[in-house]
Amino acid sequence: MVAGMIIGTILNDKKRFIFIIDKLVNWAIYALLFLLGISVGLNKTIINHLDNIGLKSLAITFGAVLGSILFALITYKIFFKKTKTPVK
Amino acid sequence: MKNSLIILLFFISGVILGLFHFLPDVMVNNDFSKYALYVLMFLVGISVGSDKSSWKAIKQYKFKIFLVPVCVIIGSLLGSLLISFLFSDLKIKEAMAVGAGFGYYSLSSIFITEISGYTLGVIALLSNILREIITLLASPLFAKYFGKLAPIASGGATSMDTTLPIIVKSSGKEYAMISVFNGIVLTILVPFLITIILKLL
Repeated sequence: MVAGMIIGTILNDKKRFIFIIDKLVNWAIYALLFLLGISVGLNKTIINHLDNIGLKSLAITFGAVLGSILFALITYKIFFKKTKTPVK
Repeated sequence: MKNSLIILLFFISGVILGLFHFLPDVMVNNDFSKYALYVLMFLVGISVGSDKSSWKAIKQYKFKIFLVPVCVIIGSLLGSLLISFLFSDLKIKEAMAVGAGFGYYSLSSIFITEISGYTLGVIALLSNILREIITLLASPLFAKYFGKLAPIASGGATSMDTTLPIIVKSSGKEYAMISVFNGIVLTILVPFLITIILKLL
């Protein structure tokens, strides 16, 4: 990832190149999730416990989002609310 | 949103193929995901490095802008830590690693699968997709009741791309830069945080 970041900084504004990279990222993600799907389909324990897995997923999301927005509210009230955005 | 549907489709077609064994033996016996992951990390690095707007945002807001991703990290990890107590068969570090996906479901689920196995990987996938969906649906409410930073915090790593439009709509254009910056910082941190949490805790 660091190697990629350095190359990205050097290439910086070449728009077409970035567009191609974003497309490639998408396809790499599709391939990976497809492979993960295959492994899950082959795995009987996961298939038999999908309800439990779904419930846990939902609960963790709930906790993580609620935690994040509560801290964001505190930060917003202390640091962001009264200060006006600087002149651009 | 369209992108996440395509991803889900690829995932589900993989599940179906695996379920009914419609696969050549090469696919079953070899794990290609590690190499695909290396390629993906390299490509993500390139797109993060070539995005200049984060530097502008740092200049404009100085130190304050770093508080936003810090809030997301502390909030997500603390929230998922508390949730882990609800389930007897969910370890604290497992819940925290899933929470540390910050909505970046593709990368987090793959990393967690590599380290902890498929079950937790699927939880990470579902949980972080849900995070994106919740942000897309509830951002206007979050902005109203939890302040203008809340949609950005809820979006987590997705606040730089998929959820950016709804965040800008809910919080206002002046928060777009903060949102992109927050997304970039969290995107970079996801793989490191997950590895640290699962391997060291």
